Amino acid sequence: MMERLNPNARSDPYGSRINRTQSPLRAGSVPWLSIMLGSLLPVLLLADVMPLVPSLGLLMLLAWRMVRPGLLPLWAGAPLGAFDDLFSGQPFGSAVFLWSLTLIGIELIEARFPWRGFWQDWFTAGLAALLVWLAALLVSGAKVTPELMVVALPQALLLVLLYPILARMVAHLDQFRLARARRIG
Amino acid sequence: MAPPSSRRSGFSKRAQFSVFAAYLLAGAGALLGLGLLMLSLWQPAAFAPLRGVASDAVAPVGQATATARSGQQSLFGGIAGYFRAGSQNAALREEMELARIRLAEADAIKAENLRLKALLGLSDKEVKPVAVARLVGSTATSGRRFAYLGAGRTNGVAAGMPVLSDRGVIGRVLETGRNSARVLLLTDSESVLPVRRATGDVVAFAEGRGDGMLRVRLVNLGINPLKVGDLMVTSGAGGYYRPGVAVAIIAKITPDGGIARLVAEPSATGFVAVEPVYQPEAVSALADPRAPLDPVPAADAPATAPAAPASNEGRE
Repeated sequence: MMERLNPNARSDPYGSRINRTQSPLRAGSVPWLSIMLGSLLPVLLLADVMPLVPSLGLLMLLAWRMVRPGLLPLWAGAPLGAFDDLFSGQPFGSAVFLWSLTLIGIELIEARFPWRGFWQDWFTAGLAALLVWLAALLVSGAKVTPELMVVALPQALLLVLLYPILARMVAHLDQFRLARARRIG
Repeated sequence: MAPPSSRRSGFSKRAQFSVFAAYLLAGAGALLGLGLLMLSLWQPAAFAPLRGVASDAVAPVGQATATARSGQQSLFGGIAGYFRAGSQNAALREEMELARIRLAEADAIKAENLRLKALLGLSDKEVKPVAVARLVGSTATSGRRFAYLGAGRTNGVAAGMPVLSDRGVIGRVLETGRNSARVLLLTDSESVLPVRRATGDVVAFAEGRGDGMLRVRLVNLGINPLKVGDLMVTSGAGGYYRPGVAVAIIAKITPDGGIARLVAEPSATGFVAVEPVYQPEAVSALADPRAPLDPVPAADAPATAPAAPASNEGRE
């Protein structure tokens, strides 16, 4: 009669290590799908007066880039941006251009300052998100009136404040991505 | 966290080349994006078919959230109604009695109107909506104010058609997909709508300001005749909207007109109706101003007459 004291003794955060392995499909698709879902969700809100929500797709992209550097390829901004442009109401190509530039910029900065922590990540992501927000407003094809800038300010604030929450979410998604789901043998 | 060491290329030629290739691809993506952006700023309709397919895919989900949205609003309205039920009831009863009197007066005016129109030989066409659908979503992250409509080409919706709710004008169809359409809301800062005051002939343009209010600019400058609380309705100029549909209420007076609040808020509507373009001839005349309107010889003066109200919207 062998009673195991701790049922989790032979597992790690990704699940049991015996007889299980990660699903390659899940490991590859979760980042892309979660960013695309972030692009889709704001469409369902009816914002008739002002831009209500920050670009969740952009925030998810930045969070994946910061939490798991090197997971998304450097060129990921172009296809993900193209998907975002289909729904965001921006002229097609604006997110392709801006997201690609953002990823290249972050990569260049990171090569020079490799050591960083959460606060630097937040600063970098917040700054990048703000720059993209401003550039996106400027190229949106609408007249940039002072009133438009004023009503878009809450969006900028939310962009910066939402990052830590989304970074936690991405960390959990990453655990889900790498969970040992497939049974071997 | 420092980047994992596997991402440093070191002396490995292969790793160096793959880093270089990644930068090359990303740079190419950015350049492609810049090109696409220029193209779509120059020709906004260039990617309409792509967007149509995309919005068709999202529209069914939007139907569900739109249903939930209207249900939620009536729930909140019901709760709010309980708080001032007594005083509101009395006020409403008084208002209804007044309204009944006004309605009787309006009936009399309507009858007289009919009689006068019959005398003049005019006839009113009944406008039948092309489609009735819900607004299923909007571009909530962008500075542009577009909404997605749950009806498209298969329902007969075409670009340019006005979208109205039971309260007033919502906007105009911009692009269509098979089962969805993109609507330019009045609040978008690219939207311009010819309006007039409901009482009297004060003609103006209502432009979106980008913050949910409309800027009303008078066509004839001089002493500003507008007052706070004036209702602006569509004037029918330009040929897209039929005249007399409520648009906005003046909330503030400015030297050249006023700032107006929307009558029909898209987020507070359940169903909206898409109506056919009011005067397709005027719209096509605007698209090609040099083309003759009638096949009659140019010596006939009335050939230019229908273009006169349309030319008001030339700035749009």
